[in-house]
Amino acid sequence: MQSGSGLGVRADANIETSCTLGVLMASFDEVRQAAAGIRRRVLEQTIRANGGYLSQACSSAELLAMLYTHYMRLGPSLGAPIPPPFQGAPSARNPHHVNGGVYNGAQAPDLDRFILSPTHYAMALYAALIEAGRMSPEALAMFNADGSSVEMIGGEHSPGLEVTGGSFGQAISQAAGVALARKLRGDTGRVWVFMSDGEFQEGQVWEAVTVMAHHQIDNLRVVVDVNNQQVDGRMDQVMNIGSLRAKLEAFGASAVEVDGHDLEALAEAGETPHIGRPLFILGRTIPYRGIDLLHERYPHLHYIRFKSDAERERYQEQLRVMRDE
Amino acid sequence: MRTSFGLLFRTTHYALRTTHHLITHHYTQHNAAYRDTMLEMLTRVHARNLVEFARTRPEVVVLSGDLTSSCEVDTFRDTYPERFFSMGLTEQNMMSFAGGMAREGYTPYVHTFAVFMYRRALDQIEMSIAYPNLRVRMVGFLPGVTTPGGATHQAIDDLGVLRALPNLTILETGDATDVESVLGVAQAVEGPVYIRLIRGEIPRLFAAHEPMQLGRARVLSRGTDIALLSTGICTEEAMRATHVLRERGVSLTHLHVTTLKPFADPAVIEAAANARYGVITMENHTIMGGLGTAVAELMAEHGVGVKLHRIGIPDTYIHGASRQYLMREYGLDALALVRRVEAVIGQTLDIDEDDLAAVRLNTFASDQQQEAL
Repeated sequence: MQSGSGLGVRADANIETSCTLGVLMASFDEVRQAAAGIRRRVLEQTIRANGGYLSQACSSAELLAMLYTHYMRLGPSLGAPIPPPFQGAPSARNPHHVNGGVYNGAQAPDLDRFILSPTHYAMALYAALIEAGRMSPEALAMFNADGSSVEMIGGEHSPGLEVTGGSFGQAISQAAGVALARKLRGDTGRVWVFMSDGEFQEGQVWEAVTVMAHHQIDNLRVVVDVNNQQVDGRMDQVMNIGSLRAKLEAFGASAVEVDGHDLEALAEAGETPHIGRPLFILGRTIPYRGIDLLHERYPHLHYIRFKSDAERERYQEQLRVMRDE
Repeated sequence: MRTSFGLLFRTTHYALRTTHHLITHHYTQHNAAYRDTMLEMLTRVHARNLVEFARTRPEVVVLSGDLTSSCEVDTFRDTYPERFFSMGLTEQNMMSFAGGMAREGYTPYVHTFAVFMYRRALDQIEMSIAYPNLRVRMVGFLPGVTTPGGATHQAIDDLGVLRALPNLTILETGDATDVESVLGVAQAVEGPVYIRLIRGEIPRLFAAHEPMQLGRARVLSRGTDIALLSTGICTEEAMRATHVLRERGVSLTHLHVTTLKPFADPAVIEAAANARYGVITMENHTIMGGLGTAVAELMAEHGVGVKLHRIGIPDTYIHGASRQYLMREYGLDALALVRRVEAVIGQTLDIDEDDLAAVRLNTFASDQQQEAL
């Protein structure tokens, strides 16, 4: 297994600078390298476990890389490089619970916060944390192991996860509550939410957008992996939601739609003004981007489990190519 | 049904009456001891109490689901507009949103009818509030038969559903003193609290200087024949019945239970263990999963080998009608308790409706129905 990328080392080295300046601006080459690292690490894990949420990493790699290297203002990770085992659910009787948000740094008035909504993207997020130097690559050895906190569909004890978001539609509402509280307190830091487009079929999402527009919650930004995928297949065939951008704007939010693999376009989208409204950065993505083999299974990409040793070997070959790049 | 119609009546209603007055309860001549009882009646107790409670607690914020007057938080809204957040009809969002604010150190008091919390947004309560053990106070209105709004508005199984949630504390109010003290009880809980709150015109059954206590039932009488445990509005009914029952020589321990979870009050076990004929529970809820079930669990775990009789809504949905009608129809009132006691002790006590009848003087005879919307 390869160790953390050069980007991760750089993030650590420049953390004080980044806090002072507010934003750590990685070069696009470095972001590209991080995105490639996310895909590669998730493919490695998928081969190792003979299954995984691989397509989600293919579609979201640039979005997650942009979040951790470009969009978000975060302090250095406060989490252990090798995450501790699961310490029990939060409760008044359990003093051992540690929130996974510690991997996104301290909670401070001027720093941003990150909230992952579709928690089956956890593996892609763990890979992003490693690429950003926030977690050790060895942490993945505990991925989906019994008793581990590095879970397949993470909870708020898992690295990088601040809320329990996996029941769709709830994370954005929780994030909106966090954002309103931060506004009341006068914080300058923002709240970032990562979502995927299938989740917008849930009614609660639209309740949340309505409420954010009404209360002018504009310190919240949502990055959306618009991959047109859900468990049963293509969204436009399972349950078509039409134009996400038009709907969001109709509900009173600001929305900008770009190629979710185009770093320059994503960077520009992040500059969209959104006074008095939340901003949705809609990244149109390809669910097999970077691993063309996956196209054979399209549109059934939700969870990849190899059907034969021969298929697995082909993915192994793909991994060798990616390691050489 | 739940918005302008009810508000219109409520506005008129409150404009025409004082908020604090005494009403004589008239009992029939068969019940001489109660005839001249003066029971203090109060209105909008929660409205005043929350404003006072929040005065020195800046972390208290209110989220309201388009039922601001109906949940008596209009006074809070007008007093602390910067701490009041209208969430409209977004109950699922409202519960998760409250969790988000609680994570940042605020204590959100979520106000809507109970059904729109525990039924409409149960997953949100579980994953956004209960799992992370956050300081959210869910103030649930219209428990059981206290609304004529029908099945859509009647919270008849909330305790059965919510008692199963880890981390959650559950409190129920039965009089003005309970309502005045329940926020203080909840304040001490490091985790989410669900409160079954009563509203509108409510009696003061218990002395104002004797507040509700977490995990401790109020002991209303002690006796050796029957252990009677009642909650919420059923306690007022039970007190009428026990007065007459005692006159007929029945010896009862009567406890008013306000903490439904956690449920480990030693006084409950002791009362059950010392009851010669058995234990009776009485609640404004179905007999599944609420007080009766909690008592059954406790008795079984402690090996208390007497019979348990559960008074409550039988295993059925109910419909829209007045509280008095529903309590009679589904057997939650004083007379139902008397008949159950007679069955338990195997003896007829010569008590009829007249013995128990109480007519509450009320300027507006239809207020109960209007308030319930």
